Amino acid sequence: MINTTKNFVKLKTFKVFNFRNVYRSCSTEASLNNTNEEENATQEGFKKSFAEYRHIYPEFLPDPEVKLRNVIREKLERKDMIARRSQIAIPEFYVGSILSVTTSDPHSPGKSETFVGICIKREGCGLRAKFILRNVIDHEGIEVLYEMYDPTIQKIKVLRLEKRLDDELLYLRDALPEYSTFDPNMEPELLVEGAPVPVNSLKVKLKPRPWVDRWERKNLQGVQDIDLPERFWVKAAKVATPWEKYDLMKIYKKTIPAEEQRKYTMKSNHNCKS
Amino acid sequence: MNIASLRHIGLSSQQYISKCYFHQTASLGEIRKMARLRVVDNSEIGKRAMAEGKPPKCIHVYNKTGVGKIGDVVLVAIKGEKKKGILVGLKQKQNPKVPKYDCNNLVLIDDNGTPLGTRIHVPIPTILRTILKEKTQNKGADYTKLLGIASRFV
Repeated sequence: MINTTKNFVKLKTFKVFNFRNVYRSCSTEASLNNTNEEENATQEGFKKSFAEYRHIYPEFLPDPEVKLRNVIREKLERKDMIARRSQIAIPEFYVGSILSVTTSDPHSPGKSETFVGICIKREGCGLRAKFILRNVIDHEGIEVLYEMYDPTIQKIKVLRLEKRLDDELLYLRDALPEYSTFDPNMEPELLVEGAPVPVNSLKVKLKPRPWVDRWERKNLQGVQDIDLPERFWVKAAKVATPWEKYDLMKIYKKTIPAEEQRKYTMKSNHNCKS
Repeated sequence: MNIASLRHIGLSSQQYISKCYFHQTASLGEIRKMARLRVVDNSEIGKRAMAEGKPPKCIHVYNKTGVGKIGDVVLVAIKGEKKKGILVGLKQKQNPKVPKYDCNNLVLIDDNGTPLGTRIHVPIPTILRTILKEKTQNKGADYTKLLGIASRFV
């Protein structure tokens, strides 16, 4: 217990502040016991950098669904997450990034299993954070769902850090296989420190229908123009809800308000100091 | 969803029907009777069936639920014959760390569990090692022979 607390404190003091650069360096072996070069970062700078973390570590924000909120559980979960992150470095990644995940495999004792693929979806808050990797191996599309705080995960490595035009890439299931084929022996591509995360504006080509979903209705940015008969577009226009982006209440309910985020920042800030 | 349950959730049936046309959910991708599968080994009969565009059809699932899960044994109708096979990869949603495939993959076996082919040309989930070992009983069919002809594990 004492040990965990120590780790916890260590991780906290450890540059909550340099997180970004540390993890940007792609390897999970990025040293956790880094030197305290930015220890004397100003309060202002700290606050500013902290605001960015909601994109880097979205699972640290609580569930926007009010029914699922529980302050004590959230606090305990955050503690567990940080304890886990002191054991294994979980790097910054986004939907569209290419990852390699190494897990210990109970089905082949003594061995570990590595899967490389593009992250097509990220979901869940707290300890329930999950992501899906997709790759095409031997002409067969394969997807694996990983839980981010799964203790059997030995290593998560970002091979290419980038974003795509959409929030979810589930349409890759219906795209031509070359768009989700990645070499399992890929070398990690390094980014310049402090550079913004590049956005890959690749537009994929979908296979002809049938699809797993009605992609023509999803207003996808990362898809080449879809060739469909007129009636599909008529239907899509009929069920479209273009006013939703102006529905402030809906947006409020779907996100954690800025004031509340600031509250968390202050709390963590306090923890850091103590 | 029946009318009573619709009322229960505060929707009139009219509203519900006009909104979603009853085709809203993606298919569950379950392997039941009549489901078409894809043979992924190099057995003669399997290769011919796939080349002719007549993939095998599941006509029985050997478990108690009637829904085929990964590693289950199924009976298939293939080119006018009845053969047994093992499901080695499914489209359906899987547990964490178990791969989900884009096709429903099948490896044909005979009654003793010996595969009809000599090679499997897609990756096989490692969880099959455990599942098939558990399924194999003394003096029964030995399903683990399938693992020997797999080319790659995921």
